[in-house]
Amino acid sequence: MPVTAPLDTDGFVVSACFLGDVAAFASGEGSVFFAGGPETQTPVHKNGLLCATPSLDGKSLITGGGDGRICKTSADGSVEELAEQPRKWIDIIAAGPQDSVAFASGRTAWVRLKTGEIKEFQLPRAFSDLTFAPKGMRIAASRYDGVTLFWVNAAGDPQELSWKGAHSLISYSPDGKYLVTTMQENALHGWRLADSQDMRMTGYPGKVKSISWSAKGKYLATSGAQAAILWPFMGKSGPMDQAPMELGVRGDSMVTTVCCHPTEEMLAIGYQDGMVMAVRYSDNAEVLLRRPGAGPVSALAWDKRGDRLAFGTEEGAAGVITLLD
Amino acid sequence: MSEAADSRIPVTVLTGYLGAGKTTLLNRILSENHGTRYAVIVNEFGEIGIDNDLLVESDEEVYEMNNGCICCTVRGDLIRTVENLMKRKGAFDAIIVETTGVADPAPVAQTFFMDDDVREAAKLDAVVAVVDARHVQQRLKDTKEAEDQIAFSDVILLNKTDLVSADELKGVEAAIRKINPYAKIHHTERCQIEIGDVLDRGAFELDRILDLDPEFLKKAEHAHDHECGPDCDHDHHHHGHDHAHDHDHPDHECGPDCDHGHEDTHSVKSYSFTAGDLEPKVFFDWINQVTQIQGPNILRMKGILAFKDDPQRYVVQGIHMIVEGNHQRDWKDDEKRESRIVFIGRELDGAALKTAFDACVAE
Repeated sequence: MPVTAPLDTDGFVVSACFLGDVAAFASGEGSVFFAGGPETQTPVHKNGLLCATPSLDGKSLITGGGDGRICKTSADGSVEELAEQPRKWIDIIAAGPQDSVAFASGRTAWVRLKTGEIKEFQLPRAFSDLTFAPKGMRIAASRYDGVTLFWVNAAGDPQELSWKGAHSLISYSPDGKYLVTTMQENALHGWRLADSQDMRMTGYPGKVKSISWSAKGKYLATSGAQAAILWPFMGKSGPMDQAPMELGVRGDSMVTTVCCHPTEEMLAIGYQDGMVMAVRYSDNAEVLLRRPGAGPVSALAWDKRGDRLAFGTEEGAAGVITLLD
Repeated sequence: MSEAADSRIPVTVLTGYLGAGKTTLLNRILSENHGTRYAVIVNEFGEIGIDNDLLVESDEEVYEMNNGCICCTVRGDLIRTVENLMKRKGAFDAIIVETTGVADPAPVAQTFFMDDDVREAAKLDAVVAVVDARHVQQRLKDTKEAEDQIAFSDVILLNKTDLVSADELKGVEAAIRKINPYAKIHHTERCQIEIGDVLDRGAFELDRILDLDPEFLKKAEHAHDHECGPDCDHDHHHHGHDHAHDHDHPDHECGPDCDHGHEDTHSVKSYSFTAGDLEPKVFFDWINQVTQIQGPNILRMKGILAFKDDPQRYVVQGIHMIVEGNHQRDWKDDEKRESRIVFIGRELDGAALKTAFDACVAE
């Protein structure tokens, strides 16, 4: 049976991650909470914390807030301010190679390099989300009617990928061959980057607000239905002409958050009613990890080995679930 | 959506032309001590004199929904801002959205109906327009937006009344009524108004559509039929192509796509119809069809309906193609069972609407 160490945060759990052995939870009220080691709380942002992502080295949590600050919080509770854009709400953040961080507010995005140098990027309409390419210093931005790719250090025109509609989240497949966005109208869009081939992934009853790549990028797991929807990406043409897998099907609650296991063929699924399950791809075998309660699941994260799962809900419940054999 | 206990955050949309007094009203709402905490979404920080943690600047980003409908537009930035605000749910009680002077209120309003997440978290309370009594007539001639803002509003502050004569004020009010017969109009100086007259109006709640005041409607009907005489204080300016460029209105050049009414100063008109008991199936078929086909031209629609053999009042309301309806309550004994519907729109065929509505009457 899995064992849960619960933790109460004071707000909407925006993001969870493991910094080494310690689980960190970013609360919408502005603090980062730690569990799995000493239970502590570090205030980071005034005016709310809007976005958070672990750094690529897994040693710190990078956050953006309503105070216009971008901060780096380490497992020991120390906070370093990386940048500040006064009076802006920083609600988009991405961690990049060589300690770089990208963040955005409205029609402007910035990349802060390790040296502290900040580069600015503009779009005619608002940035929806940002991500770094798996290779090279390049950022991809989702926006209305498509995606724009900027080289961070090199001059040259940004590359545009067009598809009509409002694009929200953006993510590269781990091998860098595909770029996928979630859309305003309950669908995903994807591009095979080699030839800019479009991919449409539709059929969702709700908006997709959580996506996660499985181990080695074989599947893309998504929320937005009463089951986790996993699109196969192992073939040459990705999910085209293929039906997705449906895992953890429930008749009474939508999936709000998905998080694929880092090594095994299984994922954690969080539901609207607060339930968390682990489900295996091969036979749809389900293990209940958390009973319903305390609002929709808003954050899930595995530790590096995949032994423990951190979760958080919109109403501030959080905790670390240890899976035992 | 459940009509029962509604924990959604109320949203008030403030519209009005530049200089009409929107900021004054906003500052008044924020500075009065009434125990309500507001999150305020503004287009630019500008002259908001209040220090508010939850004051957020947001560039108006109008998105077309990918459904092929040209009037299905939403404000992408609002979807995002509401999502962000929900991460601090405990920090505020209500949201105020201030729009730019030239904004079309439709995408703002539609955001609260068309996006599932926003709709789950927040509910549109009312669209409030601040109108400058001295300049509104000119604005109505020059721009489509001023007209849209009035047409869309549930509450209108006819502001700066101290700067016009009583006769001018009457003319202005008549012009507003002609566009929108059912908005509550308040005369104000420097936006002095009871905050309760602006906030918590429930203008989009079906439960609170109480009556489409027959007096209003009579006045409105009268306004349509009104023959202007020598004493009439309307402005009789006709906005025609031949002299359109003689006056100072740099924001607009009439082109082939221009949908002003060039015969009349105001292209937005309201139409109201009354009838007895209706045949529900005929009515629903018609209202679905008319809002599909005429959706882009219908700005607002409201109705209180009596269906044949149905003891309950049925209420409907709509914005462009979005129509919502529900049973409200039993008809009271001292209440006249009657069906009444109001359309506010541009280039609507009033006669055709009336014929179609009359055809819904039960045998």
